[in-house]
Amino acid sequence: MSEANNSDDNILDPWEIPLDGSFNVAQPQLFQQDAQWGYFERLRSEAPIHLCEESEFGPYWSVTKYKDIMSVDTNHQVFSSEGGITIGDQDEDFQLPMFIAMDPPKHDDQRRVVSPVVAPMNLAKLESTIRTRAAGLLDALPVGEEIDWVDNISIELTTQMLATLFDFPFEDRRKLTRWSDVATASPETGLIESEEQRREELIECLTVFTEIFKDRQKNPGENDLITMLAHGESTRDLLDRPMEYLGNLILLIVGGNDTTRNSISGGVLALNENPDQYRKLKENPRLIPNMVPEIIRWQTPLAHMRRRAIEDIELGGQQIKAGDKVVMWYVSGNRDGEAIESPNDFIIDRAKPRQHLSFGFGIHRCMGNRLGEMQLKIVWEEILKRFETVEVVGEPSRVYSTFVKGYTHLPVVLHPKK
Amino acid sequence: MAKVTFIQFSGDQNTVDVDTGVSVMKAAIDNLVPGIDADCGGECSCATCHVLVSDEWVEKTGGAGEQENSMLDLNPDREANSRLSCQITMSEDLDGLVVKLPEFQY
Ligand code: HEM
Ligand code: FES
Repeated sequence: MSEANNSDDNILDPWEIPLDGSFNVAQPQLFQQDAQWGYFERLRSEAPIHLCEESEFGPYWSVTKYKDIMSVDTNHQVFSSEGGITIGDQDEDFQLPMFIAMDPPKHDDQRRVVSPVVAPMNLAKLESTIRTRAAGLLDALPVGEEIDWVDNISIELTTQMLATLFDFPFEDRRKLTRWSDVATASPETGLIESEEQRREELIECLTVFTEIFKDRQKNPGENDLITMLAHGESTRDLLDRPMEYLGNLILLIVGGNDTTRNSISGGVLALNENPDQYRKLKENPRLIPNMVPEIIRWQTPLAHMRRRAIEDIELGGQQIKAGDKVVMWYVSGNRDGEAIESPNDFIIDRAKPRQHLSFGFGIHRCMGNRLGEMQLKIVWEEILKRFETVEVVGEPSRVYSTFVKGYTHLPVVLHPKK
Repeated sequence: MAKVTFIQFSGDQNTVDVDTGVSVMKAAIDNLVPGIDADCGGECSCATCHVLVSDEWVEKTGGAGEQENSMLDLNPDREANSRLSCQITMSEDLDGLVVKLPEFQY
């Protein structure tokens, strides 16, 4: 299986084209073909802070080196998240308030409310439910025949994890997947037909969760997120602010969904492309906690986050103007040889494996980082107990997006342990 | 050798022996003390090794450096006795040090 896929003739050799304002890495088809690597390599070595003057998303700056990404991500005073955190712009009419797209102090107030749900003590309580459910799923899988890892395992496990977090009715859990997809889909994907439809489905999400909230007010659960909100001092009255409630729900559903899903798929692919590492893992399953962050670095499930400069600032010798869009390409920073040794290699026992950009940095640093890692750790522990190998038997299909870096399809055959 | 005690948010305690010259963060990681993530590996750039120095030790450990302060400022829940444990180096003077862990790392 090769990383590069040259089946599309439209993709130009990044080393042959002029490196001026027309050089544009933000093309979804590049990511779909896994052909973005050379573009970033060229930018890192010749124009680490680069202005693309024209793209389907308008003009934007690319920040491609580890150190520079970190300095943008930790400078929220100048680089604002207000108004959106992806390279594309949001629908103006139906914007949900979410703290990922807010600046302090609003951001801090809202994050503080929900963050206890992923505090270590609470995660420890969720762990056994997540494990039991994962084990049940893996036990029921057909062995020895081709199945799609993405749909059968990655999506299902992630949905289960979210259902556990919310203590959402387990039989209805695919609704969570649907709402996540609907919240992020653009009409071109065919998933929804119109903005009206999106609105209607998300209002349904709110209605369902409103009932759950009322129920948990009367019958508190043990440690689920909705119980916490229903009884938390500053969130008890959240139903009076329905859009804020919906915004927080969607943020957690979306934030945890594609990212964890694609890390589960990415791990299988990475181990298949690196059989020596797979062997090392089977010989020593205690490497799992070290491997998990390496999978997340190697995959980089969110390729970028975007900011907007609110004042003029110089960055790496380039003059960024107030109002400019600035894109931090985590996917590039994670392959920056000046920050990470042998960055293109997948090494499950690498030193300092958590030194990567996949969770971002600074005040917006991923709130679910330890939950995502725990889910991956559990999956791999349970896989190794059951299967000799999860064998990839064909080319993966990748998501058409410059933001979500992941897979739509990954054919595998499961070989049970003898 | 010097001793350092970590008090978990839950109240549980771990006391470990460490070589002098080693950071408090590394003392926790090497001894599998939970509650410190240390994502950046001690580069003072992730703020996930946050600890609260217990009152009687604040003077001896000293204040946070400039880079450390700017990292700590990213955490809206920082306290006056907040430090990044990768920036505290164990010495004979700090033998017996007690630090508390926050509810979660940012
Ligand atoms: C491997 C899995 C995951 C990856 C790679 C990931 C990645 C990210 C990234 C890159 C950010 C933005 C960081 C920045 O702007 O500096 C973020 C923020 C966030 N993530 Fe995750 N995430 C993952 C799992 C999760 C899970 C499981 C949850 C929830 C339960 C979650 C909830 C959030 C939230 C709420 C934010 C917003 C934080 C804020 O703005 O303060 N994430 N994540
Ligand atoms: S380990 Fe990252 S700041 Fe201390």
